[in-house]
Amino acid sequence: MSEYIIKNGHVFDPVQGIKGDKKDIAIKDGKIVDKVGSGAKVIDAKDKTVMAGAVEIHAHIAGPKVNLGRIYRPEDKLFSCTATHGMERMGSGASIPTTFKTGYEYAKMGYTTAMEAAMPPLFSRHTHEEIRDTPIIDEGAFPVFGNNWFVLEYLKNHEIENAAAYIAWLLRVTKGYAIKVVNPGGTEAWAWGLNCLSVNDPVPYFDITPAEIVRGLIEANEYLGLPHSMHIHPNNLGNPGCYETTLDTMKLAEGFKAKNKFGREQVLHLTHTQFHSYKGTNWGDFESGAKEVTDYVNKAKNITIDTGNVTLDETTTMTADGPFEHHLTGLNHLKWANVDVELETAAGVVPYIYSPNISVCAIQWAIGLEIPLMMKDPMRCFITTDHPNAGPFTRYPRVFKWLMSEKARETQINAFKHKDKVLSQTSIGSLDREISLYELAQMTRAGPAKSLGLTALCGGLKPGMEADVAVYNFNPDKPVANPDDIEKAFSRCAAVFKSGVQVVSNGEIVSNGNKRTLWVDVKVKENAQVARDISEKFVKYYSMTQNNYEALGHNFVPNPYALEVDATQV
Amino acid sequence: METVTITVKNAPALYLEADNISPDAFAGKTAAQIAELSVHEGNTTSTLGKYFDVSGNAGATAADTKIVVRGDVKKVKYLGFKMSAGELVIEGSADLYVGAWMTGGKILAKGDVAAFAATAMKGGELIIEGNAGNYLGAAYRGDWRGMSGGKILVKGNAGSDVGMFMTGGEMVINGNVDVHLCTHAEGGKVTVKGNATSKVGGQMVDGQIIIFGSIDTMMPGFKPAGEVELEIDGIKATFSHFIGDMGERHKKKKGVVIYANLYKKISSP
Ligand SMILES: [Zn+2]
Repeated sequence: MSEYIIKNGHVFDPVQGIKGDKKDIAIKDGKIVDKVGSGAKVIDAKDKTVMAGAVEIHAHIAGPKVNLGRIYRPEDKLFSCTATHGMERMGSGASIPTTFKTGYEYAKMGYTTAMEAAMPPLFSRHTHEEIRDTPIIDEGAFPVFGNNWFVLEYLKNHEIENAAAYIAWLLRVTKGYAIKVVNPGGTEAWAWGLNCLSVNDPVPYFDITPAEIVRGLIEANEYLGLPHSMHIHPNNLGNPGCYETTLDTMKLAEGFKAKNKFGREQVLHLTHTQFHSYKGTNWGDFESGAKEVTDYVNKAKNITIDTGNVTLDETTTMTADGPFEHHLTGLNHLKWANVDVELETAAGVVPYIYSPNISVCAIQWAIGLEIPLMMKDPMRCFITTDHPNAGPFTRYPRVFKWLMSEKARETQINAFKHKDKVLSQTSIGSLDREISLYELAQMTRAGPAKSLGLTALCGGLKPGMEADVAVYNFNPDKPVANPDDIEKAFSRCAAVFKSGVQVVSNGEIVSNGNKRTLWVDVKVKENAQVARDISEKFVKYYSMTQNNYEALGHNFVPNPYALEVDATQV
Repeated sequence: METVTITVKNAPALYLEADNISPDAFAGKTAAQIAELSVHEGNTTSTLGKYFDVSGNAGATAADTKIVVRGDVKKVKYLGFKMSAGELVIEGSADLYVGAWMTGGKILAKGDVAAFAATAMKGGELIIEGNAGNYLGAAYRGDWRGMSGGKILVKGNAGSDVGMFMTGGEMVINGNVDVHLCTHAEGGKVTVKGNATSKVGGQMVDGQIIIFGSIDTMMPGFKPAGEVELEIDGIKATFSHFIGDMGERHKKKKGVVIYANLYKKISSP
């Protein structure tokens, strides 16, 4: 494999504590190394910013609900097509891009790893087919567990070992990466026309509460010692006053400690925190609860979060929180699609326009920025847009601009129709913090990689790690004349390497790289009861046989990278 | 105002997508520069000059530019696409999407236009001297935002699904319309001087339809609301008034529930 040396760039690497020093980064055989030979190809990074490839911890980029969005929103593709050029195939879609466009767009912004945040196990084959067709970036997918009948039955009786054995089996057959929980119990309740809006609302028929599901899944996660923690979208998303449910959910993690060999320290990852940080009793007195939520997270060292920034775009919401999407279509009256996934989960899809002229949308925008600006430890708060729910991932450079420049925030606040309301219902106007490039590297590289248990692999530039490197046309020595320059610089990289292969040059795709699927292979003690329960459920309830369930080898996961976990000795 | 005349010299073998034939794209360009603008035939991109003779230079802005299209453009799509000002005269009949997404200016089509003319039109004026196809002034596939402003006059007949998801603007059709007039409409005004086939105003929640001729079958969701006298184009007549679509969700304005209004002429005084 080729050798490269990226010379004279300003390097920002929280893994090694490098804060903008001029340093050369050497690449050999796909890894970062100390030195390369004199024949190495030189990439001139003088006056540029060099970081590890960015890590996306939560986005909806592959699988049946993403594709349902594509199918039922031809208007999303209308003026967003890109023609075949150079290496690139044609692409389309603004908020729900095609698989190819998804890979290209992430790579051009310097992202090299991304996690699909909600995989319905029954449709893991479909999800992996889309992941396979998304070039360049390494991807993993989180199967959803929070409304799964096996999980509800085992946890009702506090059978942690059985729940863990089932989780290990499911991660293996679906080639999944982590335990995702969406509206625990609420999505199952939705099948009965109900919902769980607090952690203590009982789930019909199963007679278990969201609190028991969450605690049980944290226990099972730590019993197995998985790379990532339980990853939760809590109950009561998006409602005024929901911050209290969020606090109740986070308190369920009290007393738990991370047990794993991957360097992960948290036991609960709270996703798209913006949607869960609302105070007030209705949309009229709606206000920010960012302070209450971040005050708690700042103290709770066993929790990590991501933001879910509203980008003020027309987008497509999609979530396994079926009852929420039904609620949303009742608010905006736009088209609604809903799917039930047998014993496992459900999903809904509704288009949404975050208009700067609507005060609620502008307040949501402010809350999304308050959260990272109020978080003391950037290693525990990661930037997301919950793509495409709060906005498309292609807007990350714009979110970075708002975080890095108080002036950019001011400009946007002044452009809001209900500026006074934004200032009275949030504290965005009094936050003068500007996120530094080092903090940005923590929030988009080192932090998410650590939370995902990928520290050994990515998120940093230490010799021995994968050579995932992004070079930006951004000179940290120069004052930023216009905040828009930040957005421009982070939109299109000067160069990107994925596992030592140059995939982007001057903002253009130059290689499809060696895309891998990340999954977690856990060995557990033989468990005859769980094996029997699985075969019985397939015979009695599933519409397919167990033989057709598994996302097998080469067709679905042609280039796997398994993180091995041995839980047989627990 | 400067006039640019483009005349078909080589008819395309396939359909031609000519989204650059608009005063906005022509503005500030010479005839030679206009001939270099791109068009697409199938999956091949080439120049306007390959298919059209171009004479005359454009004005400095769209508002100062008038385009006259001559020859057979029955296989040319997107004439006047997204135009914001100026004028476009189509001397023959044109294919799909005439004046689609237009926001201003004026289009005069002397022949017929095919489907999707004035898709999501926001402003300006479209006059069709012949017949209009289906989905006139409608929303794009999947979208919920049809014609929201401007004026359309069709001197002949119009096809089906006219005004689907219309939210504003005015449309007059001197002839007849086919099924599904104003489905899902939430505003705007459509006058049909001839007859309408069935399913008029299905799922319509706001806006108005005036029919001078007959309606094959009324939608069951429209409820009689008496008779009214209306004066249209200087002619007074009595109309049956219906409100609907009663099966749908309706907005309230100042505490009053808003319905779509359908008027069907019953007599002339
Ligand atoms: Zn999500």
